[in-house]
Amino acid sequence: MSAPGALTASSAGVRADALSEIGGGTSQDMAVSAVDVHKRFGRVEVLKGVSVDVARGEVVVLIGPSGSGKTTLLRCINHFETVDQGRIYVDGRLIGYRTDGRGRLVEERAKAIALQRAEIGFVFQHFNLYPNKSVLENVTLGPRKVRKMSRDEADEVGRTLLTRVGLDAKVDAYPVQLSGGQKQRVAIARALAMQPKLILFDEPTSALDPEMIGEVLEVMRDLASEGMTMVVVSHEMGFAREVADRVVMMDDGMIVEHGRPAELFDRPGHERTRAFLAKIL
Amino acid sequence: MAMIATVGLHFDSHFFWTSLLHPSSAFLQGLWATVYLSVVAQFLATVLGLVIALARRSKLSPVRALAWGYTWIMRGTPLLVQLALVYFGLAAAGIYRFSNLTVGPVTIPGEVQAAIFTFTLNEAAYMGEIIRAALGAVDPGQLEAAMSTGMTPARAMQLVVVPQAVRFVIPPLGNDFNAMMKNTSLASIIGVQELFLVSEQVSSVTFNTFEIYLVASLYYLALTTVWSVIQAVIERRIDRKWGIERTRWRRSASWSRRWSVIDAGLGT
Repeated sequence: MSAPGALTASSAGVRADALSEIGGGTSQDMAVSAVDVHKRFGRVEVLKGVSVDVARGEVVVLIGPSGSGKTTLLRCINHFETVDQGRIYVDGRLIGYRTDGRGRLVEERAKAIALQRAEIGFVFQHFNLYPNKSVLENVTLGPRKVRKMSRDEADEVGRTLLTRVGLDAKVDAYPVQLSGGQKQRVAIARALAMQPKLILFDEPTSALDPEMIGEVLEVMRDLASEGMTMVVVSHEMGFAREVADRVVMMDDGMIVEHGRPAELFDRPGHERTRAFLAKIL
Repeated sequence: MAMIATVGLHFDSHFFWTSLLHPSSAFLQGLWATVYLSVVAQFLATVLGLVIALARRSKLSPVRALAWGYTWIMRGTPLLVQLALVYFGLAAAGIYRFSNLTVGPVTIPGEVQAAIFTFTLNEAAYMGEIIRAALGAVDPGQLEAAMSTGMTPARAMQLVVVPQAVRFVIPPLGNDFNAMMKNTSLASIIGVQELFLVSEQVSSVTFNTFEIYLVASLYYLALTTVWSVIQAVIERRIDRKWGIERTRWRRSASWSRRWSVIDAGLGT
């Protein structure tokens, strides 16, 4: 777990919070602000200097071929992956690292990282519901144990959310009894139960049978229309076109281009974007 | 006296049936010792085993190495030898002599303390491996899912991972407890008045060697059988907690489909 390398305040001769202005717009206004993020796994460089901003309430969909780094970038946002160089800010706060007494960046303590993650929801490709707990228990575990809510309070929040995703009839069911689409909707409710400022989706429909993709996308569409900030890694181009405010195309660890969905899909600027879309659409 | 007397063959069936159905108080105390020795040692070993399993997964390499070394030694030497080393060896070397300990109304003999101590340390090495495997069997996504809601890794392990590991611990734990109950007979070597030693003493007094060991065997069999039933009940209860129900064994049912998901009966 090394601290992000060269790009420190002292080496750049710049005040720490001024660095975010490189990306355009201060990190304070943005829900997510990634600045020159580099990430390597062993010898493979997976992110080669990625900078992107996500405004509050914006829905950003990351697309690109496998290996492009889009899932890694997503996982860096809530510090599921460390960052080798560069910084990520969520709601103006630096994620995963802090400056030590001498102005260098060190990794944050586990408790601090956990608190940061409590504000960021994450929906997994393979749902990751707790199999030994009921649907309601799955949703309420976070609020009860992390936000210290009482069981009754948490249950009420849980039931409301499960109704919202259309699963009020399944509150006492167990994950093994649910279909994939139902499981993913529970997973979304579980993420919402923590009242996050932002939700990250890692290919939420990739593990679903086609007939269940729609029910999950519908929940996501509703979430977007209610103003939730969402960063979604997905291959569902229809969803991206309809719901995304911006689509970001990544390839080989870098952002190739980004823009409003209509523009990017109909008039892709970059050759690689065109090639990728040709294969997908 | 009813005896079957043929050339060289004799079986005192009166003695056999009396010993089996109306055991002496010494025999019953031996039976009780076997039970509580097993239960106490297995329980303590499971707790210690959890510590060892977590140590094996630690980020700090000295901690990992220590746990590995412990497991290597305790699993690498015979239980019988360990018992002798701890009880006779330590006393002979002047390092430690196990002596009777009185706690309230109960006096725990030195050899019993030594037996519990040794059985616990020995079994903990095995439980450490079992728990380590069980923790590894839990879907790695579970830890991330719990952390995504704001739990620290430690809290996530406690609330989400370890409870799920329980399901994978029970069958091998049950197997080991079965072995533990039988291994208590080894404590006879250091003078613990458990079932086997008592039988040995009866044998040397009555010379009904075959009969008394047969009775002892049947009592051990009864203990292990009772445990198998308990284990099965526990396994079924845990499965239900996961929403799984074991179907009854039907002659026509394929053996690979012995369980099914409990029908929640809630429609789609």
